[in-house]
Amino acid sequence: MKTLLQTEVLTKRYGAILVTDKVSLDVREGELHAIIGPNGAGKTTLINQLSGELRSDSGRIRFGDADVTGLGINARARMGLVRSYQITSVFDEFTVLENTTLAALGARTHAFRFWKALLGDREALAAAVEGIEAAGLRARSHVLASELGYGERRQLELAMALAARPKFLLLDEPMAGMSVQESAAVVALLKTLKRKYTILLVEHDMNAVFALADRISVLVYGRLMVTGTPEEIRGNEEVRAIYLGEEEIA
Amino acid sequence: MKNLLRPAQLIPVLLLLALAVLPPIAVGMQDNFWVSFFARVLVYAIAASALNIALGFGGLVSLGHALFIGIGMYSVSLPAYYGVSSGWVHLLACVLVCALVGCATGLISLRTSGIAFIMITLAFAQMGYFVIVSLKQYGGDDGMGITAASEFFGLQLNTPMSVYYCAWGVLVALTWWVLRLRASPFGMALRAGRQNARRVMSVGLALQRYQLAAYTLSAVLCGVAGMLLANLNAYASPSSMAWTVSGELIVMVVLGGLGSVFGPFLGALAFLGTEEVLKAATEHWMAVFGLAILAVAMLGKTGIAGWLLNRSAKEGQA
Repeated sequence: MKTLLQTEVLTKRYGAILVTDKVSLDVREGELHAIIGPNGAGKTTLINQLSGELRSDSGRIRFGDADVTGLGINARARMGLVRSYQITSVFDEFTVLENTTLAALGARTHAFRFWKALLGDREALAAAVEGIEAAGLRARSHVLASELGYGERRQLELAMALAARPKFLLLDEPMAGMSVQESAAVVALLKTLKRKYTILLVEHDMNAVFALADRISVLVYGRLMVTGTPEEIRGNEEVRAIYLGEEEIA
Repeated sequence: MKNLLRPAQLIPVLLLLALAVLPPIAVGMQDNFWVSFFARVLVYAIAASALNIALGFGGLVSLGHALFIGIGMYSVSLPAYYGVSSGWVHLLACVLVCALVGCATGLISLRTSGIAFIMITLAFAQMGYFVIVSLKQYGGDDGMGITAASEFFGLQLNTPMSVYYCAWGVLVALTWWVLRLRASPFGMALRAGRQNARRVMSVGLALQRYQLAAYTLSAVLCGVAGMLLANLNAYASPSSMAWTVSGELIVMVVLGGLGSVFGPFLGALAFLGTEEVLKAATEHWMAVFGLAILAVAMLGKTGIAGWLLNRSAKEGQA
């Protein structure tokens, strides 16, 4: 399989602390690649570097055939590298449909249009409805984001990412803070998305990770310790040592 | 169109229609004061609507919009000083200079946010103010009279009545457009940026470009209000671009309803109306006026427009 996203010795430091330590990662087209690691391993920092929100101190990021190291988040989003947030980040004063349509529009074109309504943009609207349906929020399309429950807001976050019709999804802990039932629903949803999209998933829920991932990378203190299939990771002594006492690996 | 029947829309629309028929009645009653007064209300409503695009939609708290009113005024008075009375020349000068100054100051101001943005827009406006004051040949501190009013299609804006109807037309067109703008991709991107700037970027939109466009647009429209004001007063003076005017515009927008379509009009009407009534009643009107604004501020952050909307929502439930 072709590599879609590749990093070469990516580094980020905050003062003296090395948060991302020479990470060389490759994510293949169509795979669901998970990143796990103990708290403070630098998972979110890595996601921020990949999405373009954070500049890297050194190293390169390639997406498809392009070097995107110097591009900002909006340029990367346009190329199809779309992220969702760990802490839900939606537009509270807009409805579910408005949130999603804006995301669909932003991925496709500019917003220098001053007369016709956003919801009148058929293409964006179609992509938005698709995203909402895939995320299972259809019945809540016209509800304000501020009135959604916690789980629903996470679903909206996903709907917005999907409405962008991305090539690559960066999912930062999509199940964070969810109930067991809500998590199960998201796992089911991610299963339907698998293969349709290339996904990089950062997640604490080990059951979910081992159920979903094609390959898993373990990040410890900013360094990529090992990458392998779920079976390889499960059998890895070093990984066991790190997680020993923290939580049992599925 | 069904929406127009709700009080939140119906009341401002009726007020605008009433203002369309006010001048003949006032003239019939031999009372020219009210024509001038409401012409001023209309002009400030245009300026407040313009500010609302940057402030209400974009969340850009500019304390320097009086600068653009000033530029608008002087783009009438300076050509007129040299005998040019074509309104098109005035308009062209106003639009060009406001766009240029708006774009340049916006580019710099938008590098900051929050308090720094407020201070830097204020600083630019003060710079413009002192430039005008220092131009002694154009009246400096005292301002300058306008002998030749703007002329469009042979129509001279040299009476309060002509300015009144011109301003009314501009305000109605502007309000109609803002109604569309609010739900358009541009308006939605701006409003999204006010709620969550980071997220707009990750959606793929370069927020700063939209903010700069909104700031420039609002500068140009404010300039148009300045042009009308100059014609109404037959006078251009630096006092109309003092920083207190910028503050009053903000109060009008907030009073009426930040980010709402009719709010700036309602705010301008309430602000200038209350001011006028209190001025007639007491010498210490400012103290009472302050309390009145405080009271409205405590009604909630959605202003008069929001209050009307909530009322109608409650009636709908009952």
